[in-house]
Amino acid sequence: MKAFITVVGQDTVGVVAKVAGLCSQLNINIEDVTQSILQGMFAMIMLVDISGCNVSHEEMRARVAALGQEMGMQINITRQEVFDAMHTI
Amino acid sequence: MSMFNKGDILETIEMFTQENLDVRTVTMGISLLDCIDPDPKKACEKVYNKICTRAANLVPTVEHISAEYGIPIINKRISVTPIAMLLGACPDADPVDFAKALDAAGKKVGVNFVGGYTALVHKGFSAGDKRLIESIPRALAQTDIVCSSVNIGATKAGLNMDAVKMMGQAVRRTAEMTADRQCIGAAKLVIFCNAPEDNPFMAGAFHGPGEPDCEIHVGVSGPGAVRAALARLHKDAPIDQVAELVKRTAFKITRVGQLVANLVSRELGVPAGIIDLSLAPTPAVGDSVANILEEMGLEQCGCCGTTACLALLNDAVKKGGVMASNHVGGLSGAFIPVSEDDGMIHAAESGCLTIEKLEAMTAVCSVGIDMVIIPGDTSAAVISGLIADEAAIGMVNSKTTAVRVIPAIGRKAGEVLDFGGLLGYGPIMPINQRDPSVFINRGGRLPAPMQSLKN
Repeated sequence: MKAFITVVGQDTVGVVAKVAGLCSQLNINIEDVTQSILQGMFAMIMLVDISGCNVSHEEMRARVAALGQEMGMQINITRQEVFDAMHTI
Repeated sequence: MSMFNKGDILETIEMFTQENLDVRTVTMGISLLDCIDPDPKKACEKVYNKICTRAANLVPTVEHISAEYGIPIINKRISVTPIAMLLGACPDADPVDFAKALDAAGKKVGVNFVGGYTALVHKGFSAGDKRLIESIPRALAQTDIVCSSVNIGATKAGLNMDAVKMMGQAVRRTAEMTADRQCIGAAKLVIFCNAPEDNPFMAGAFHGPGEPDCEIHVGVSGPGAVRAALARLHKDAPIDQVAELVKRTAFKITRVGQLVANLVSRELGVPAGIIDLSLAPTPAVGDSVANILEEMGLEQCGCCGTTACLALLNDAVKKGGVMASNHVGGLSGAFIPVSEDDGMIHAAESGCLTIEKLEAMTAVCSVGIDMVIIPGDTSAAVISGLIADEAAIGMVNSKTTAVRVIPAIGRKAGEVLDFGGLLGYGPIMPINQRDPSVFINRGGRLPAPMQSLKN
């Protein structure tokens, strides 16, 4: 059960650590990370496996959103199937 | 990650978070043909029980899928067999009891609208049809989430002018009976020509007699995403590139809808029906069909060139969406409601967009004169005349057209009516008040048009 966590906003110290920390708490395994500056904004994309996540999808989503709010960045978690559907034929 | 392009991933996230891309509705179509009973009390009980059983898990399942996949899904709705078909079997029933049963069942399962307080009378009235139409104002005043529609014409049948007359009166009466609530009743009533039987969008959704016992339809949306894509295109790009970009964006939007349809269908064990490839605007800034037309190069929606831009948009949305989905149906195209579209509201307020221009636009959009607020002293005959005009456009052009107008009882052109939520707000638009009542009072059936010698 793969998903992408995207983090977009102003770059600050500890972004990777904080997001990785939440993944660890929720037992979400990080498989790949990439980050770049796109159109002047910091953007990090993490490929994660949420099969072992220890909370419900609703709570996982709420915790991710709360962390985003705390960091002043926009953090989303979206299942891989959504990107498959939109960007592959 | 190498399989995925970073730009694609971020584009998707931006569409969801900044550009209001969402799945607008998951609508469960439920047949009530097995609920027909000569005893109206028993019939209503069967209706209530069938909806509550079939749709018991609809809302939690859709909400769970939305949370699991990270796809915003806004509305959960139900469409049912036209209630006039059940009413035919019980001549002594009060039709409003059926509306109340739909309202109670819809609230029990947690959906926000139930469509199907409907009669299909394009060729004439059968038992139950007239009683249902006469009861529409009371039904919409006494319920909260029930939506009503009447099909008064079809390309193969012509226009039922007796029904056209009745519907002008029904629209006016419905607004009067809900005058203390911003005339909201009239916003839940649609008069169709060539109504699709699998439309998931309200207020015109009903479950046609040719549909299966139960199925899941999905209505996609995303005017904001199309507008944002066009905003990034150079203003001197040829119009072919505009069409191509709309097609590509519609493809992506529709694929999300198809994914949701597959997931919901599998989870509920209910067959997937159709995807409705619609651009349905919301009052949110930027999530506007009018703004898309303006991005194509119009100073404001309603100016000369608007009909051509809308024709391109409507066609490109279908071309992009068809390849992205298994089965297409419903209304499919670009909606042009006024009060639900921020850009349309501004264009109407400034006087650039008039009812006459909207009527021309309905010849090439997906539906018709939608969510237009007209002065409170507009006569039933004028409303019937508007319905006849709109239906004639649909009938002759073999397309769906509809009228959903709200007479603002006690108010004049230039004032505002505010429904709140997705239904939005809008200025009261002036409409030609000259009297067509001799034409409307003739009744009868306006003949079906030639389907050859087209010019």
